[in-house]
Amino acid sequence: MLKTFPIGGIHPSESKISKDCRIEPMPLPAMVTIPLSQHIGTPSEAIVVKGDRVLTGQLIGRSSGFVSSNVHSSVTGTVMAVDTFVDQGGMRRPCITIQTEPDEWVPGIDLSGNVVRECNLSPAEIIAKVAAAGVVGMGGATFPTHVKLTVPTGKKAEYLIINGVECEPYLTDDYRVMMERGEEVLVGVSILARAIGVDRIMVGIENNKPDAIKHLAQLAPEIDSRIEVVPLKVCYPQGSEKHLIAALTGRQVPSGGLPIDVGAIVQNVGTALAVYEAVQKNKPLIERVVTVTGQSLVRQANLKVRIGTSVTDLIEYCGGLPADTGKVVAGGPMMGRAMARLDVPVVKGMSAVLVIPDESARRQSEQLCVRCGKCVSACPMGLEPYLLSKMVRKAMWNGAEAHNITDCIECGSCSWTCLSALPLLDYIRVGKAEVMRRIRARKGR
Amino acid sequence: MDKRLVVSPSPHVHGSLTTPRVMLDVVLALLPALAVSTWIFGWRVLGVTFVSVACCVVFEYLIQRFMLKGPLTISNWSAVVTGMLLAFNLPVSIPLWMVAVGALVAIGVGKMTFGGLGKNPFNPALVGRVFMLFSFPVAMTTFPQLADAATGATPLSAIKGALASGMTVHEALATVNWSYSDLLVGFKSGSFGEVSAIALVLGFVWLLVRRVITWHIPVYVLGTIIIFTGILWGVNPDAYMSPIFHILTGGALLGAIFMATDYVTSPMTHGGMLIYSIGIGVITVLIRIWGQYPEGMSFAILIMNSVVPLIDKYVRPRRFGAVRKAKA
Amino acid sequence: MGVLAYTIITLCVLGVLCAVVLYFVAQKFKVYEDQRIDEVERILPGANCGGCGYAGCHSFASTAVKADDLSGLFCPVGGEDTMKRIADMLGKVAPVREPMVAVLRCNGSCAVRERRNEYDGAQSCAVEAALYAGETGCSFGCLGKGDCVSACAFGALHMDAETGLPVVDQDKCTACGACVAKCPKMLFELRRKGPKDRRVYVACMNRDKGAVAKRNCGAACIGCGKCVKTCPFGAITLSNNVAYIDFNKCRLCRKCVAECPTGAIHAVNFPVPAQNAEAATEA
Repeated sequence: MLKTFPIGGIHPSESKISKDCRIEPMPLPAMVTIPLSQHIGTPSEAIVVKGDRVLTGQLIGRSSGFVSSNVHSSVTGTVMAVDTFVDQGGMRRPCITIQTEPDEWVPGIDLSGNVVRECNLSPAEIIAKVAAAGVVGMGGATFPTHVKLTVPTGKKAEYLIINGVECEPYLTDDYRVMMERGEEVLVGVSILARAIGVDRIMVGIENNKPDAIKHLAQLAPEIDSRIEVVPLKVCYPQGSEKHLIAALTGRQVPSGGLPIDVGAIVQNVGTALAVYEAVQKNKPLIERVVTVTGQSLVRQANLKVRIGTSVTDLIEYCGGLPADTGKVVAGGPMMGRAMARLDVPVVKGMSAVLVIPDESARRQSEQLCVRCGKCVSACPMGLEPYLLSKMVRKAMWNGAEAHNITDCIECGSCSWTCLSALPLLDYIRVGKAEVMRRIRARKGR
Repeated sequence: MDKRLVVSPSPHVHGSLTTPRVMLDVVLALLPALAVSTWIFGWRVLGVTFVSVACCVVFEYLIQRFMLKGPLTISNWSAVVTGMLLAFNLPVSIPLWMVAVGALVAIGVGKMTFGGLGKNPFNPALVGRVFMLFSFPVAMTTFPQLADAATGATPLSAIKGALASGMTVHEALATVNWSYSDLLVGFKSGSFGEVSAIALVLGFVWLLVRRVITWHIPVYVLGTIIIFTGILWGVNPDAYMSPIFHILTGGALLGAIFMATDYVTSPMTHGGMLIYSIGIGVITVLIRIWGQYPEGMSFAILIMNSVVPLIDKYVRPRRFGAVRKAKA
Repeated sequence: MGVLAYTIITLCVLGVLCAVVLYFVAQKFKVYEDQRIDEVERILPGANCGGCGYAGCHSFASTAVKADDLSGLFCPVGGEDTMKRIADMLGKVAPVREPMVAVLRCNGSCAVRERRNEYDGAQSCAVEAALYAGETGCSFGCLGKGDCVSACAFGALHMDAETGLPVVDQDKCTACGACVAKCPKMLFELRRKGPKDRRVYVACMNRDKGAVAKRNCGAACIGCGKCVKTCPFGAITLSNNVAYIDFNKCRLCRKCVAECPTGAIHAVNFPVPAQNAEAATEA
């Protein structure tokens, strides 16, 4: 019996059509737009001005606070502007645009392909290197990694959990990283364990990726004997931190708590790779693997892309936007964000570009709720989505709070499973924000 | 950019289950039972079913079009399901005009007065059936004699009558001419949809495979009946029938699989389903053994339907991380 | 006979018992309430809209009864008449407040504001605003999903199918402020209804720079500042690339309306000038 999390969950069609495409480096774009806020927390401060010449890997945006992150130039070239750009949702954000020249790397970055396994740094030194390299959670949440590695006083980390679940349909970037950079990932995992001082390390991978499980399980003993590769039953949303912890350790993060409350720290495999490169190779986070996929796309790809490359360039590289495109999603189909425009840069947290054709881009028309209860059984947090959604529509904020709307992880299982195609999560998400605002206001008073 | 992209909140994919597909699956799941009934009772079975389904659909259309003036929902097949379930609960000899009246009550009173699909507190088909049982008691309890059967009474009423007259179980069983294998296949008198246990279980399997319903409610209901009657049978096998008899007769299977599992009128949470199902099982057995009527499935389901809003209010699902965080 | 007497006696005893229980319960849970609160509540419109800033009419009434004077208390729905009646009843002085009306500060109709993408989520402005900037290039303007219409308890708002914008019916609008609170883009403002219901306001909230605003919406305020210079009363200010008319200073001369290059300044309920009227009838 394979492990999984205890409550709810769904099984959407996996559609991992790009899983056999090897990671290929994307050619340098003519121009990059590097947003100053690619992470959760305060935006970084630009430390270059228009006209400056920057090298690949040079610091251009400095972290401005504890929960913040450094931003590095992903190319060599001239700073064209320190201005704003319009993001995929139509909002203006600060950014630095750089015109690209052939690469000239910052000295000290190890560009050789050989894997450096030895690491004798102290935890503080590792965390400092991770912070300097601007590493953030690559799974999509983009929480600054050095903050997560700093265990708060009074708490004790017992488990390091590595997220190789990739439970979203279509996404294959983590899978490719595990297959092709498995050794580096495991060295990164070992370094992470060293940084937080834990002995129990588990890599959770869903059973639909048997070759990745086999590959890592074979490599693990020679790199760090403490690493345990655990196959998991396929169930969405297993990639959620809380659910992965529950699946692997049986411990449930208490409502309103953080993983560290049950002694666990979760890192994505992509983050482990970034940590490896930061610590062993002195290489800042300036590129990432992006899955470019979609049934109608000319070719599927897993591209190694410099941060700041336009999504339009990615799609052009994969044969251009198909004529029947209806929707383009940044990220996976369950939790990704639909893009209103494509001339936006790839950021640290963008795991995929998914092109959805016209015929399946729109939602089915809403019907009446038939009280089937499928949303209740699907909810991995044990909430009652039909009720929460109704309460939000009627502005019953106290009721929604009493029914734990703030526990919602916005995984979309309820909307996915709804027989009547009701936009359950749309309302719950808005209500969750409103309830949280009210709770904050109450505490502030 | 000349292409207008579609933008919507996540998720961007949807599962394959929709209301019409689910309803269609229920119709398909009912077909084996319909086929067996037609084989046993003759072509009139199809006629009654057709009249019931047609009336339900037409009444729903008319009420929505001219009284509620709301959007039409007959295309979601729910009226067809109601029509079939109503028909399945009728004796094959029922006059067709009575079927039409029952359909009107089922759709008009049971469903549309509350605003249509999703809002009715009671199972519409059962509302129609119980109305007919009270209004046309003779027609509703006159079952045709099978070719080789000595009596037109259903197994439940035959045994109940025999036990009430002071016979022991053994003596009562001697008065009837069916065996347990007849009960299993369907060679017994009764409402034509409920006779064949095998066909109904086949439908249950189909519903499970198609993920229309979960196993919980049917298993809990039948389990309760088995346990309750089993205890009585164990205490005094001379006065009470065995659990197998209770499962195979009357509307136990039809009710547990197709009526109690109606989405609209059953609880949302697993805990709620357990309470609801135990209630149905207990009330059914109480009525069957000590009540006035030989069969109590319809009443039990309707009674428990009325409790569902309360169950849904108080029985909450098991919550992830529900343990309160210790105050720091 | 025995049965009859038995029944009567039982019922009497039961009745007396219930009466006693009821009496003590009523004593125990008695809540004293000022009679006048009820009376004030009867004068109030009873819409419980919350426009006064209190949870409902009852809460407003009890505050009014307890308050030393009525300043700061105003029922926008009932208006001055209602407040005067309440003041008379309580023997207090009625506050004077000018009638207000809600105005929509967006003029980005479908004709002038091109749709660049297609929204397909729940039909709610709150949901759309939480997701992204909206279907057009303007991230400040009306989303057109009608949250304000459903928020209005008085039926004073409806969506205009042609422009895609909500329309305020000034006769029904009670200035309760429900739409002001509801609009996620904060486009509604309560403004003075004005003499003969005439008022002038800037129907735009776009804080983008002029060129950007203009590219995204033909009717946007581009922050050119012409109106500021034209206004003889100093009623217009410009901040964040958008003009604002202070209705306390505005004298309704309408010079700014003529000056505005994009027609973002609206003047309502003024008589149509002669030549325009002719043009209108010809068209």
